[in-house]
Order: sequence, then structure tokens, then C-alpha cells
Amino acid sequence: MTKILVIAEHLDGKLNGATHRAVSAAAAVNPEAIDILVLSDAPDAIAADAAKIDGVSKVLTVARPENTHALAAVFAPQIAKVAAGYSHVFAPSTTFGKDLAPRVAALLGVSQVSDVMTVEGPHSFKRPIYAGNAIVTVEVDTASIVVATIRTASWPAAAANGSATIEPVVVDAALPTHTRFVGLQQGKSDRPDLQGAPKVVSGGRGVGSKENFEVIYKFADKIGAAVGASRAAVDAGYVPNELQVGQTGKIIAPELYVAVGISGAIQHLTGIKDAGTIVAINKDGEAPIFEIADIGLVGNLFKILPELEAAIG
Amino acid sequence: MKILVGYKRVVDYNVRIQVKPDGTGVVTDGVKLSANPFDDIALEEALRLREKGIAEEVIVVGIGPADLTAHLRNGLAMGANRAIHVQTTDAVSPLTAARTLLKLVEKEQPGLVIVGKQAIDDDANQTGQMLAALWDRPQATFASKVEISDGKATVTREVDAGLETIEAELPAVITTDLRLNEPRFIKLPDIMKAKSKPIDIIELGSLGVDAADHLKTTHYAAPAKRSKGVMVKDAAELVAVLKQKGLL
Repeated sequence: MTKILVIAEHLDGKLNGATHRAVSAAAAVNPEAIDILVLSDAPDAIAADAAKIDGVSKVLTVARPENTHALAAVFAPQIAKVAAGYSHVFAPSTTFGKDLAPRVAALLGVSQVSDVMTVEGPHSFKRPIYAGNAIVTVEVDTASIVVATIRTASWPAAAANGSATIEPVVVDAALPTHTRFVGLQQGKSDRPDLQGAPKVVSGGRGVGSKENFEVIYKFADKIGAAVGASRAAVDAGYVPNELQVGQTGKIIAPELYVAVGISGAIQHLTGIKDAGTIVAINKDGEAPIFEIADIGLVGNLFKILPELEAAIG
Repeated sequence: MKILVGYKRVVDYNVRIQVKPDGTGVVTDGVKLSANPFDDIALEEALRLREKGIAEEVIVVGIGPADLTAHLRNGLAMGANRAIHVQTTDAVSPLTAARTLLKLVEKEQPGLVIVGKQAIDDDANQTGQMLAALWDRPQATFASKVEISDGKATVTREVDAGLETIEAELPAVITTDLRLNEPRFIKLPDIMKAKSKPIDIIELGSLGVDAADHLKTTHYAAPAKRSKGVMVKDAAELVAVLKQKGLL
């Protein structure tokens, strides 16, 4: 029987939208049941949100004080226990899922399928290798439990019109104390979240400085977009790390992506190639970004962005 | 303290990989091979810890065919004290790599194992976490800062929400992110010195590792290409096109 356990990602008591995308991938397997597992010190509000996701049968909650922070060493033994009744365990391929899922897979004694892009069958998946320059089909031994991370940019967020039952469970697992959470330094922003936003405006080295990046923020606010950046802009210190878009940063799939002053290194393009419409604004008409952009505009970004704002009205 | 460093050889990051027309793999004949960039960062971090007096010995580990020895010499030239070459001609999955590293961990008893967060060929991002699970020790993945004191590692991690700091009691596994450090260049005299450094060669088969693979790669394909788009002449035209598409 095909039963999929999806691991909920959450922070500060809120369910992360990456979970909805992992549920979409689970639904593509066409299983008998999709259950969500919420590990938290206080799972109720998170579970209530998870229960609304379409296609979910049950939300299992494990409330333990050790689950206050998402430490892989603490979460993995609990997931490995709960996984016993399932054919598949899915987690989003975010830093949360990438940290956690291999630890679960190793405890279960199986290999992991990383970054699932498409589901070909219950044991057959496509995933990217070589920074997305090749796509492989992998087959998992049908006798093995499937542990996989889901490439969130490849999947839409499942809708939230459902009403699954919520079931607290007690997991008999000894949890280690050798790993401790110290703190999380979050970028404070009222702007949309980069990973889930339908519109994203990113700036690159062409923006020139931290101060100049203000023009990117201003334009993003004008169109209600999240703000991203190329690795070059992050490495130059214009913006914090968590804004980086690309193979080693965030892989995103907004409806509209506006690349401003970004030349288009391969590792950046890998992070945006699932975007709906890509707009490139760059002073160099030969920049590689124009090879993949749907709409290109050559010119000085400091002149163009204010003109765009004026034209939008 | 000893530090074990995973040092994988991969297709050089500057190579634009080509998929074979029959879908059986990617073209690797005559392609430049180099250290996995994240593993170079792992080795650099280990060397810095030794230079600070926190570690006494840095051991680089590679798993692969006979000619991998030359690659391990580069790790020795960069500054590792010695190398362990686990020989196999088979493809090595992350789980097999983790099980193999565990055998070496049991033998060498390192205080730290540092590996790259992922190899840039299979992009799996699994080996460090799997080793930590099998070893039942802490993992600090995607590290951008590492401090060792009082028997523990305080590690800053690059996570989606920002920068997370955790404490891990030693021994522990750390996986490196790009911003942890900038690896040093290898100098010619160091290449000469590396020739006399020891490389232990162990057959994978002799370690008693279960190398069963639950995953089979059955097909390779080139990614779907985005078609080339249109150029617009000015801001007004761009806004008009985006409005027409319903994006503004």
C-alpha cells in the first residue's frame, strides 16, 4: 500500500508553504493516503493549518519540549519511528529538509532521492544533477521505503480547502542532547517571502553598492515583489546571504522574475529557470541572462527603474 | 584532535557538462577533474583549525578507482598530513560513502569530520548527514562559521530564514557552505613535499561495508531549454508587455 508521510516545515509557530509543495508531489504519486507529521513543542496551530491542505488524510503531531527547534539529530529518530507505517517519506528540499531527510534515510538504512522534480511512478523520479545541466531518472528498489526531498520550485503549492483529522501521537524514541540550538538571526522584512512570492525582483553586481540596492527595494515595493540577489551581489556585501538566488542559494519559481544588473552566471540561472516570465534589465546586451530571458531591455538600470515606476503609475 | 576530511573528485566546476546522446550518462572522457569545491573548503577549514593548534592531524579521505591517488596528493599538497584512499571501481552512493567513512571514523577516532555540503556532480547533499546519523553524533550542516572550544563546536549555519547558530558536542560532523572560507592555493614546493606524505590504500571490499544500492539511475537527459525571448526598446514598452500578460 502506498502511504506517504510528509514532514511539515514550520518556524515561529507558522507552517511554511514549502510543505504545501511537498504535498503536491505526494499527490502525484497517487497514494492511498498522505499524512503530515508536525514535530513541535506546541504543534496545534501548525497542525490546524496543515489539516487544511487538500489531499491530506491525517495530520500527526508529536508535542515534545525537545522539538522546540528543528534540529535534525532530534527530529530524525522520531520520524524514523513514525515512518514504519509508510511507503514514502517526503520533505521539502529547503535547508530544513536537506538537513533532516538524509539523517532519516540513513536511520532507515536507505539511499535518498534528492530534489524530486517530477514523479514518474511510485518508485521512479526525475531529479537534477550537475547544477541542473542534466536531468536523471532514478528508480528506487520497490522493496525499500522511499525517502525523498521535493524540489519546491518544480511543484505548485497544494490548495488549502481541506479538513484532515488531527491525531496526537506519542513516539517512543530516545532523543540526543548532544546538539543544541543557540539562536537564529533572521532578516527582518515586511516584504513577501522570497521562496513563495509570485513576483521577485533581484539585483546583481551591476547595482554597484549596498546603498544603490535601495533602487531594487523601491521597485520591488512598487510591484509588491520579494527581493533577491545574485551571488556576486551577496559576496560583495550589498545584501544578506538569505537573499541569494541560484544553485547555492534559493531555487525559486515565481510567476514574474525581474533580473536587474545580473549578468546571468550558470549557477544563478539554475535558480530561476522554472520562473514563469523572466525579465532582464542589463546595460550589456551580450550578457548571458538575455539567452534565457523572455523579455530583455538593454540600458542603465538607474534610469530604467524610475521610468518603469512612472510608467506603471 | 584528528580531523577527517571527505575529499571527493568531480568534474571541474568550469566544465559545461554534456549528456551522452544515448542517455546512458554524461560525457566524462577527456574532461578536467578537480576537487569538489565544497571539499576544498572543508580541507581549508581543517587546516586552519590545525594552524590554530586545535587539531594535530588532518587526514583526507577519497573513495574511488586507483587513479584517485593523484587527486589525494593535491589534498596533501594543500596541507593534509596524510591520506586514506578507499579503492573501488564501482559508483559510490552517498549512503555507501557514509558507511565507508564510519568505518574509518571507528578506526581513526577523529574529533571532527568535515565534508562539503554537497558534491557538484550528483548534488545529493546527503553524505555528512548520513554519517552523523550512523555514528549517532551531531551534525552541523551548511556551515559559514566554525568555532571550537571546550569540547564543542559552535557553528553558524546558512539556512533559508537567515543564519542559525547551534552547539554540537564533539565528535561531530560539519558540512561546509561556500562562505566558510577561501581555500588556499597549492604552491610548487608543497607539491614536492606531498610526494613523501603517506597514503594508506584500503580495498572497499575489505572494510565490510554494505554497498547495496537502493537507487538506480536509468536515464540521463539534457534539461528543457527556455526559448529565447523578445527585446523591448524602453521602459514604457516593457510595462505594456507585462500588463498585457497580466503580470502587472
